[in-house]
Amino acid sequence: MSARRILLFGGIALAILGMSYGLWYAVFAEHQALDGIGHSLTSGFQAAAERNAAAGENSLLQYRQAKYAYDRQVDVHGHWIGLAMLLIVLAIAFDHVGFSEKFKLLLAWTLLLGAALFPLGVLMQTWNHGALPRAVAVLGSALVMAALTGIVLGFLRRQDA
Amino acid sequence: MTRPSERKSYISEPLVASAPADATAFARLSTRRLLTLAGIGMILAGMIFGDIFAVFVLHQNAARVGNSLAAAAQSAAAGDAAAVGAHFKSTGEFLENRGTKVDTHVHLIAFGYLALMLALVQLWVRLSERVRRRLAWLLVFGAVLLPVGVFLIHYVGLAYSPLQAIGWASIFADLGGLIVLAAMIGYLVGIVQHFRARQPLQPDKLLGDRSSSSRWLLAGGLLLILAGFVHGAYYAGADLYRHEAEDYTILSQMSAAAAAQNQAQINQSLADYGQLQGDKAVKIAAHAHIIEFGLLAMLLAFFQPYVRLSEAWKLRWAMVLLCGSLLLPVCVLMEMKFGLLAGGIADIGGLLVILALLAMWIGILRYTGSVDAMPPGAALEEQRR
Repeated sequence: MSARRILLFGGIALAILGMSYGLWYAVFAEHQALDGIGHSLTSGFQAAAERNAAAGENSLLQYRQAKYAYDRQVDVHGHWIGLAMLLIVLAIAFDHVGFSEKFKLLLAWTLLLGAALFPLGVLMQTWNHGALPRAVAVLGSALVMAALTGIVLGFLRRQDA
Repeated sequence: MTRPSERKSYISEPLVASAPADATAFARLSTRRLLTLAGIGMILAGMIFGDIFAVFVLHQNAARVGNSLAAAAQSAAAGDAAAVGAHFKSTGEFLENRGTKVDTHVHLIAFGYLALMLALVQLWVRLSERVRRRLAWLLVFGAVLLPVGVFLIHYVGLAYSPLQAIGWASIFADLGGLIVLAAMIGYLVGIVQHFRARQPLQPDKLLGDRSSSSRWLLAGGLLLILAGFVHGAYYAGADLYRHEAEDYTILSQMSAAAAAQNQAQINQSLADYGQLQGDKAVKIAAHAHIIEFGLLAMLLAFFQPYVRLSEAWKLRWAMVLLCGSLLLPVCVLMEMKFGLLAGGIADIGGLLVILALLAMWIGILRYTGSVDAMPPGAALEEQRR
């Protein structure tokens, strides 16, 4: 499989994944998540009005958890689709990268892996607050940045040639 | 109208346009040009909507959110739990108003990018022109339906809805998303068929363009994206978790202060919360905008052969777009320090991007069909398919 094909198929597949996830989220989860955030925040302050410090603290903790998950779930949708679009654009421009086909393949796989892993790591953070999901997200973003730097250098090399 | 010199150069090229320029000087709308015009149109509409939203709604709405949060805290201090609920209800409505407008802006622009990208890969879609055009119209329909539906969510609410939590506007927005997804899958099937057939690609003038405007947009766009990624990584490492912790801490302090009827602490917490929300908003907006503008610049690099303007003007507009693309996010980042001055310059940056985009859109509208031209055999084959 050529580098261009990897980026093109990978990009479209990621776009479909991101859109399907967004559609599922909008229909089945978003309204409930927003209701949860609003409800817990209101309960926190109502408890303060009733001078019930423990209940207020508990509600605000629920708010924190719901907001933490909501922010990440929205970010996953945005980043998967955003990275997918970048992959498709780069697939089209990949002829301009002045490296050997083998190295271009490596760059394409690195970028695709990073683009898939980074939002996945962010999504995993909503299930598990440990170090592994964060490590997956950091690894994914590092792979994306490394591949992008390589591609910029490839463009510059092509201009020089 | 086509100038005589232009007509001469068109005739000297031994190609038959998919749609001849003839008397009108405008080519028939191919799928590629339909997606290009619709894509840039959606991006333009999304950006203008975003500008109107930023000037007339965003700050006023943020002030209302702040006021209703303050009122909720004051009600809590006064021991009035029912008023707290009422104030948070209005906070939720203000936030929904803001959220749906941001979503409208973001989705219109994102679907514009998608349309531009699909325009570029048209040569790899092994479907007849008729099917491709139908898919394009389907995509455009869904891509407009979703943001319009999202925009209306705040106004329609749950009126006449058969569901408990989702209103009609939301249902139509989701339907729009589903239609876009269906069109995407249709194109994907065409691309898979193309690669399965292992047919050699026809040379594509759009992708082979090496003009100055094209090269500047490509290189500038990629650098903007890289800068956006580095900024995003820095934000995630340095600010994201701190912001989340502060969000909870400040609200917790506010709630405790309300319970203790400590007015000074309530005011301090409200001020801190406003500052935190502002800091978060500018950093996220700068990150999102620099990457989006970079992607836009890269996409537009490929469409330069479609832009019917002189090379000098194409280069000028490319520079205007890149300058605006850098100016907006940088000034947005400075808004917390320099306030309205930076905000005003950021708006000028956005205006520059819109102007450059509009100029290119008009250039594409004036296009005569020379790049869509196909060898006679290919044109016949296309008709047969």
